[in-house]
Amino acid sequence: MTVEQVRADVQAYLKANWDPNLGLVEWRLKLMDSGWSMPHWPEKWYGRGLPLGMTSVVDEEFAAVGAVGVAKMGIRVLAAATILEHGTDTHKEKFLRGILTGEETWCQLFSEPGSGSDLAGAATRADLKDGKWVINGQKVWTTSAHHAHFGLLLARTDWDAVKHKGLSYFILDMHQPGVDVHQLKQMNGHASFNQVFLTDAVIEPEYQVAELGEGWKVATTTLMNERRGADSARKYDSASDQPERIYEEERAEIATVMAPYTWYPQRMGRVDMLVERAKALGKYDDPATRQEIAKVLTLAKSAEWTARRARAASAAGKPQGPEGSIGKLAASIVARAANLAHTTIAGPDAMLTGDDDGTGGVVAEILVSTPAISIAGGTDEIQRNIISERILKMPKEMRTDTDRPFRDVPRNQV
Amino acid sequence: MQFSFSEEQEEFRSMLRRFLEAKSPPSAVRAQMVTDQGYDPDVWASLAGELGVTALHIPEEYGGAGFGVSELAIAAEEMGRALLCAPFFASTVMAATAIINAGSDNQKRTLLPDLASGDVIATLAAAEPGGGWAPDQIKMTAARSGDGYTLTGAKSYVLDGMNAGRIVVAANAPGGGIAFFTTSADGQGVSRTALKSMDPTRKLARIDFDAAPVELLGDAAAGAEAYAKTMDVMLTCLANEMNGGAERLREDSLDYVSMRMQFGRSIASFQTTKHKAADMLLDVELSKAAGYSAASALDDDDPDARAVASLAKAAASEAYFQTAVHAVQMHGGIGFTFDNDTHLWFKRAKQSEAFLGDANLHRERMMQHWGTEA
Ligand SMILES: Cc1cc2nc3c(=O)[nH]c(=O)nc-3n(C[C@H](O)[C@H](O)[C@H](O)COP(=O)(O)OP(=O)(O)OC[C@H]3O[C@@H](n4cnc5c(N)ncnc54)[C@H](O)[C@@H]3O)c2cc1C
Repeated sequence: MTVEQVRADVQAYLKANWDPNLGLVEWRLKLMDSGWSMPHWPEKWYGRGLPLGMTSVVDEEFAAVGAVGVAKMGIRVLAAATILEHGTDTHKEKFLRGILTGEETWCQLFSEPGSGSDLAGAATRADLKDGKWVINGQKVWTTSAHHAHFGLLLARTDWDAVKHKGLSYFILDMHQPGVDVHQLKQMNGHASFNQVFLTDAVIEPEYQVAELGEGWKVATTTLMNERRGADSARKYDSASDQPERIYEEERAEIATVMAPYTWYPQRMGRVDMLVERAKALGKYDDPATRQEIAKVLTLAKSAEWTARRARAASAAGKPQGPEGSIGKLAASIVARAANLAHTTIAGPDAMLTGDDDGTGGVVAEILVSTPAISIAGGTDEIQRNIISERILKMPKEMRTDTDRPFRDVPRNQV
Repeated sequence: MQFSFSEEQEEFRSMLRRFLEAKSPPSAVRAQMVTDQGYDPDVWASLAGELGVTALHIPEEYGGAGFGVSELAIAAEEMGRALLCAPFFASTVMAATAIINAGSDNQKRTLLPDLASGDVIATLAAAEPGGGWAPDQIKMTAARSGDGYTLTGAKSYVLDGMNAGRIVVAANAPGGGIAFFTTSADGQGVSRTALKSMDPTRKLARIDFDAAPVELLGDAAAGAEAYAKTMDVMLTCLANEMNGGAERLREDSLDYVSMRMQFGRSIASFQTTKHKAADMLLDVELSKAAGYSAASALDDDDPDARAVASLAKAAASEAYFQTAVHAVQMHGGIGFTFDNDTHLWFKRAKQSEAFLGDANLHRERMMQHWGTEA
């Protein structure tokens, strides 16, 4: 199919079917039947088998008439992608529908108190007892766990295998007695994540994903989709402000998902506010302040252009160059520099928070949120290891944890 | 300049450290920081009574112990290390120093004994909303009223402003030039509002004056120099306090990485962790040297003392926050949580960066005074 054909087809479909006065779920079910909900998915599963590149064409047509799509925010996309690639037909039948309609939410149970950078060091155990998997352990940094219906779980099923081969992947029903969710409060006062305590939680054998011992491979699919999704998630934080029913429902959905993350822009350093704040506080003509702002802008702009170069290369189908790997690290450096520049601009107001800081607490939130960016999603140190070892092909750090049974690998007692 | 501490000074430090380890562990800091008052009156009474820290640098004839800035700075460093919640900085370092430097003999006799004993908590109000601590940022000007003076306008970022019984105010004398004035906190025309502090271990207030009658401390003509001298002591003590906090973070981070394993090994065994730990040591030790030298220079009336005080504050501003950033990073995700203690010091580091003027301001002040008579 050519781009023109796809465009014409989707236009025709929307012209005949799009109606903002439908209910959100009602419309999404209709859309799923048509295959326009996930056009790059197989026809059997709510798609049309179109190449991934065509989805942007479809998105454009949806945007042109203001049509709402299926639910794509949060961990659900990762769940969908993972199930689509590794799940059985039973998994697909049971879960894809609720994911796309938005009626069921998901969380990702990977990180543990004892294994963060070393995700494959997960020590939550899954033991087969009387034909069912019994789960014990603790997960942390779990987004949305407090309202999720299902969790993507990485757990250890074989302690004699080497680290990466002893993990298996499961779908966990979060609404059961063995699952205890506690909010995790951060230093900036928000509680955007959870700790999940698993005590004899039960999983039916059919909710194992892929073969036993293939958990790490499946988790890699989930993580790759997470990285890919980083961009598209951003589009969704601006909902349409149209009055029709479907928009109202979508706004409510977005608000629920985004509520814990109101501080996310602040953790990036809010470079966009620097000039405006400097002008408002009469610091715009101060030479030292100007130098600091200029340095941050230089970094931030260059980082943005680097990201654009990477995107342009991938759109043109060229292999990814080093510019694709440095964005995360650059963001850390920008956020740190912006923190300092905001402090300089604020002067003594940097001592205040909440309504008293002159920005309704936004600047104060920047000052205590930027450390997150160099930890979340892989620390700066891990990024540097990846850049040096995978991009620059420098000798790998010697490993002593991958050549022996996992039970013999030293690990944290938590 | 003195480059090592005397035995007595070392003893004083270890006694204070033991006291603070017992009375100001992180659990106590957390308990105090959520209260409005923000400090434990019993701990304050022991600090003032048994340990006598509120009397340290107040001359003996005014009820004090007659020590120098070096001893005061040791106390500040230990308190910064323990993140003690107490009005020591406001009352002893700021207000008492202002009275020592500006007051007449009679005023010192009246005001200082109560500060030395800790019975009265005082503070110094200097910066104005959106302003700062540099003399040219102080716009409030006293008006003559009969034999006395009145003040009108607002002061902000006042440390322990709600806890203070006495307020010392830096304002311009009617004829120009900064001078210190003072009033009781419940005096006529004085109203106080608590501010939300970024660092909850340090309480701040805004104070509004509406034709509030105030007493001029000493001679207005000597006010500018008294303000500058007071600032030198405050900067020096703040720098030392910050260094104490930075050192604590540095040590805690080292302890943490030595315990934590990833990839089957101690994260302390990664070279990047070691280099970070080494850099932290470098930052903190350099800044400590500057802080100690500033105190010693003030005690010796060194001609460069003013420049060195600003140098020390500029150095500490960068060292403390950089150390705090490294500390969170070395802890990984747990370092970003509220239950982990790192953020308590991180916030103090951030607030102290701005308090009394940032590194840019003090580098400039240092350049203005370097090589000239202080
Ligand atoms: C705000 C925030 C949001 C998060 N969101 C999520 C989420 O949605 N989902 C999720 O699963 N997790 C999430 N995390 C967890 C995050 O991925 C981990 O915190 C991170 O990977 C680091 O792991 P850790 O906390 O165990 O620290 P550790 O791995 O213990 O790291 C401690 C320190 O050791 C260093 N270190 C570790 N290994 C090496 C090495 N090989 N070489 C050099 N240095 C090393 C680290 O860089 C760090 O400085 C989040 C964390 C934060 C702070």
